[in-house]
Amino acid sequence: MSYISNTQDDKLKMLQAIGIKDGDAEKLFKDIPKDLRARSFNIQPGKNEYEVTQHVKGLAEKNNTRLISFLGAGYYDHFIPAAIDALASRSEFYTAYTPYQSEASQGTLQAIYEYQSAICRLTGMDVANASLYDGGTAVFEATMMAMRITKKSKFLIDSGLNPIHKKILYTHSDNLPVDFKETSDVNKLLDDKTAAIILQNPNFFGTITDYTDIIKKAHNAGAVVIMSVYPLSLGILKTPAEMGADIVIGECQSLGIPLSFGGPYLGFMATKKEYVRKMPGRIAGVTTDALGRRGFVLTLQTREQHIRREKATSNICSNQALCALRALIYMCLLGKEGLKKVAQSSAVKAEYAKNILSKIKGIKLEKTLPTFNEFVIELPVKADKITQKMQDKGFIAGFPLGRFYDNMEKHLLVAVTEKHTKQQIDRYAKALELLLCN
Amino acid sequence: MLPENLKYTKEHEWVKIDNDQATFGITEHAQSEMGDVTFVELPEKEASIEQSKAFSTIESVKAASEIYAPLSGSVTDTNEELINKPELINESPYEKGWICKIKLSNPAEADKLMDAMAYQQYLETLKK
Amino acid sequence: MQLIFEKSKDGKKVFPVPENDTPAKFKLDKKYMRETSAELPQVSEFDVVRHFTGLSKMNLSVDSNFYPLGSCTMKYNPKFTEALAALEGFCDLHPFLPWLSGGARYAQGALELIYQLQKQLCEITGMSAFTTQPLAGAHGELTGILLIAAYHEHKGNRRKIVLIPDSGHGTNPATATIAGYQVKTIASDKNGVLDLNALKSSLNKDVAAIMLTCPNTLGIFNSQIKEVTDLAHKEGTLVYCDGANLNAILGRARPGDLGFDAVHVNLHKTFATPHGGGGPGAGPVGVKKELAPFLPVPRITRENKGNFGLDFNSKLSIGHIAPFYGNFLVLLKAYAYILALGKNGLLEVSENAVINANYIMHKLKDYYELPYNRGCMHECIFSASKQAKNGVHALDIAKALIDKGIHPPTIYFPLIVKEAMMIEPTETESKETLDSFINVMIELSKLAEDDPSKFKDFPKTTPVGRLDEVKAAKDLNLRT
Repeated sequence: MSYISNTQDDKLKMLQAIGIKDGDAEKLFKDIPKDLRARSFNIQPGKNEYEVTQHVKGLAEKNNTRLISFLGAGYYDHFIPAAIDALASRSEFYTAYTPYQSEASQGTLQAIYEYQSAICRLTGMDVANASLYDGGTAVFEATMMAMRITKKSKFLIDSGLNPIHKKILYTHSDNLPVDFKETSDVNKLLDDKTAAIILQNPNFFGTITDYTDIIKKAHNAGAVVIMSVYPLSLGILKTPAEMGADIVIGECQSLGIPLSFGGPYLGFMATKKEYVRKMPGRIAGVTTDALGRRGFVLTLQTREQHIRREKATSNICSNQALCALRALIYMCLLGKEGLKKVAQSSAVKAEYAKNILSKIKGIKLEKTLPTFNEFVIELPVKADKITQKMQDKGFIAGFPLGRFYDNMEKHLLVAVTEKHTKQQIDRYAKALELLLCN
Repeated sequence: MLPENLKYTKEHEWVKIDNDQATFGITEHAQSEMGDVTFVELPEKEASIEQSKAFSTIESVKAASEIYAPLSGSVTDTNEELINKPELINESPYEKGWICKIKLSNPAEADKLMDAMAYQQYLETLKK
Repeated sequence: MQLIFEKSKDGKKVFPVPENDTPAKFKLDKKYMRETSAELPQVSEFDVVRHFTGLSKMNLSVDSNFYPLGSCTMKYNPKFTEALAALEGFCDLHPFLPWLSGGARYAQGALELIYQLQKQLCEITGMSAFTTQPLAGAHGELTGILLIAAYHEHKGNRRKIVLIPDSGHGTNPATATIAGYQVKTIASDKNGVLDLNALKSSLNKDVAAIMLTCPNTLGIFNSQIKEVTDLAHKEGTLVYCDGANLNAILGRARPGDLGFDAVHVNLHKTFATPHGGGGPGAGPVGVKKELAPFLPVPRITRENKGNFGLDFNSKLSIGHIAPFYGNFLVLLKAYAYILALGKNGLLEVSENAVINANYIMHKLKDYYELPYNRGCMHECIFSASKQAKNGVHALDIAKALIDKGIHPPTIYFPLIVKEAMMIEPTETESKETLDSFINVMIELSKLAEDDPSKFKDFPKTTPVGRLDEVKAAKDLNLRT
C-alpha cells in the first residue's frame, strides 16, 4: 500500500524547484555518508490492504475470547456502549494532536475539561489532570508528587496495592532516593519521616475498607495519603475525598475501555486544590477571549517538560487523550444513576457468586470481609491447576494468586461484572464443583 | 530608570537595605522577560534563606523562574497582596511588587551586590 | 458550546444496565458507601451524541486540515488499521490470560503479532532486541535511560551525568532527571549540529549517556554522528537515540548502524498510528545486545513448535515499565502499517517526506529567515524574526494560519532558534496542498510588511478568538 499523494511528475517538479535538475532524490540524503547507510533493510515487500487484513484477522482468530471469564485482577470486562466507539472514532478527535493551539482545538480542550470535571465529581476531589498512561505509572507519578509536596522520601505501601502497579512503581523509582516499605499495618510504621502512605480501595483482593481513621493518623504524622481506586466502584463506594485522601489515582479501563490485551488504558489523577501546582500531566482550564466568549486552554504549562525541562513535574508528553474521551463519554452515557446501577449490579452478582461458591464442598470463602465485585476463594488444591482444567470446560476461572504471593497458591481471585448472567455463574459453579469432586 | 537607592544581583533581583532589614523583589528587566506574572510562591514566615539560593518561584504563562536571595537572613514579612494580584510585579516591580522582607544575618554580604550603575552596565552587556 | 453538565436534566432516560437476574440482594454496610451519588450528567444517548459530535467540529485535524506540526509527523492514518484494532479477537482479550497455566494457547495471535512487530522494528532500526512496553515516546526515553542506568550499575558504577544538546526536546532532560541523572547541556555549532569540541570537553567517565535526536530537532542529519558515538564509547558512555524523527531516514540509515545503543520509536509518528488528540501513543525501545538482559519483563518468546509464550525469568531485568506488553491496540496498527508498506513503501516514506520539506524550504526562504541555510530532512525551520521587527511574531503567524484552515507549525521549538516555526509536511501531503500552504505563507509575509496590525485580530473565523492564557493561569478554573 502507499499513502503518498505525489505523482512522479509532482516529485520531478518539486525536485527541480529545489535545484535538483536531474530529479535524483538521492541527492537530498547527501548528509548521510555512504558508509553509514543502512547495512540491511530486509523488510518484506508491501502487501495490499486485503492481504494484510486477511493476515491480521487470522491472528485475531488465533485468540480465544469466547471463554466465560471471571478474570479481573485490576482489569474488568464491563459492557461498553456502542456510542463510545462511534464518537471516539470521529476523525476530528482521533487525528488531531495535543491542543497547544487552543483556538484550533476547542473540541479536544472542552472534552478534557469535562473529563477533569467528571473525575472530580466521581472521586470528590478538587482538581484532576487530563490523564496519565495507566493506573500503574499513576502510582509512580503520585509518589513523585508526594515527594515534591512533603520534601520527604519514605513511603509506606499497603499490602493490598495491585502487585503489578507496585512493580511499575519500583522500576520507575529505582534510581531515585526513595525508600519503600510494604506493610499490612500502615499506622504502625508511620513516623515524621513518612512522605506518604499508599492505599488501594477496593484492594487487589477485592476487599473494601473505610480508611478514614488511618488517613487521619497519617495526616497527624505529617504524611500525605495516596489512594488508588477502582473508578466504577465509586458509583456506590465511599469516595477517597470523603475519607480524606490527598492524591487519588487509578486505572480507568473499566470506564468504557476494552480489555485490549494490555492497552491502551487510562490512568487518572485527582488531588486537593492546594496541590494543583505539584500535579503532573496536562491540565485544561477555562478562560475567555477578547469578546468575552468562554473557551478552554491548556494551563499551568510551566510545570511541564516543554517549558521546565529538567525541573518539570514529569516527563509526560503524549498521554491517553482519546481514552480519556472514551471514559468521559461512558460517564455521560451512564450518568449519575447509571453508574450507581452498574456498580450495584456488579456487586450484587458477585454477592450471588460468593453465595453459590461458598456452598461448594472444598471451597473456603471469607464471608466477613466486605467486597465489591471481586473476592478470594480458597481451593483444596493449587488454584493454577484448577484454572487450567476449567479452561477446557470453557471458563477462565479467575486469577490464581500464587502467581504473586507464595503463601496463596490455593487462592483464586474471582471477578464478576454486570455482564455476567445467573446462568453463567451457575454453570461456572457447577463446573468447579465437578472438578473438585474428582 | 533604575532606582539609585537599591542594590542588584546578576539574576535580576533588587534589594533595599534598611539597617538590618532588607526587602527583595525582581527588576524591571526580569518582569519584562517573564511576561504577565500569574503566580508567586511566597516563602514561609521565619524561613531562613541563604544568599544566592532559591527562595521563591515566579510563574508566568510561558516560564517558571526561581528567585535567588540577594542576601541571607530570616523572613519577617511577605507581600500577601501578590496572592491575588501577582500582576503587581509587572506593574510596579520596585515598589508595590516587593516579595518579602528579611532580617539580615550577615549585612556584610551586601558588598557582593551591584549598585544601580553597575547593574545598568551589566544589562548593556546582556543586550549584546 | 455548553458543557455536558449544563445539559443535564433530572428524569432523562439514561443508558440501561442489565437487570439483576440473581436472587441475591445488594447489601453493604453504610459506612462503606458514599453519602451522595456522583453528580455525573443525566442526559440521553442522543444528547451525548449531539454534544460530542458538536465538539468534534471545533477541532482542526489531519483528516480535515493540513497539519504541519514539526516533530510530530502528522501523517495520514490508514483506516484499515482502525478496523483491525476493533476486532473482538483483540479488544476482548484479557492481558493476564497468558500468565495463567495453559492460558497462552488462547492468546497465540496477539503474542505472535507483538513478536513479529519486534522483529520488524529490529530490522528497521538496526537493533538486536525490542520491548514494546513503553506507553509513549517519553516513556520510551525513560525506559532507555533506565536500561542504560541498569547496565552501568551492573558494571559497578552508575555514573552521574547525561549529556543533552541544547536543541533537545523537553522530554529528554525531564527523563534524565527522573532516572536520577544530572543533565549537562551541550551547545550546537553554527551549522546546527552538536559541537564536537564541546562534546569532547564534556565527555568523561562520569557520563552515563548522551541523548541525541537523529536527525536532530532542526531537521538536520549530523554527518559526523559515528564520530560522536565512537567518542562516547571510548569513555564507556552509551548513546541513546530519540527516534522521533525516524520518518526522515526510514530504510536509508538505521540508529543501530550509526552506533546508537538504544532507540525509541514513536509509533504514533513514524508508523502512522493516530495521535488521538494527545495520545494514546506507543514508544517501543530497541537495544543492542549488551542492553538486552535488562529489558523489561515479560518478554515474548517462541518455542520450537512455533508456540508463543512469556518469559518472566530475567534476573537482570529492570522489571515492569507498563503492566503488560504496552499499548497493544496501537502496536497492532503499526504492525499492519509496516506489512502494508513493506520495504518499498517505507523507502518511499522517507523520500517523499524529505522532498516535501525541502520544497517548502526553497519556496519560502525568500520570505522568512532561514537560520540554517542548508538542506533539511523531513522538517524545515524558519524564524519569524524578520516579521517580528514589525511586531508580527511566530505566534501571530500561527493564529493567522488557523483562520486559513491550516494547523500551525510547531512554534518556539527548538529553543535555540528565535521565533522558531518548525514545518513538517510529512510524505502523505500532495504538491497541491503544499503549494496552497506556500501561497498562504507568502501572503502572510506580505501582510506582515504592509499591515502588521491586522495580525492581532487573528484568528477571526474560529468559535473563539485568542484566549486569555494569563487569566486561565491566574483565575484557575479547572473543573465545573
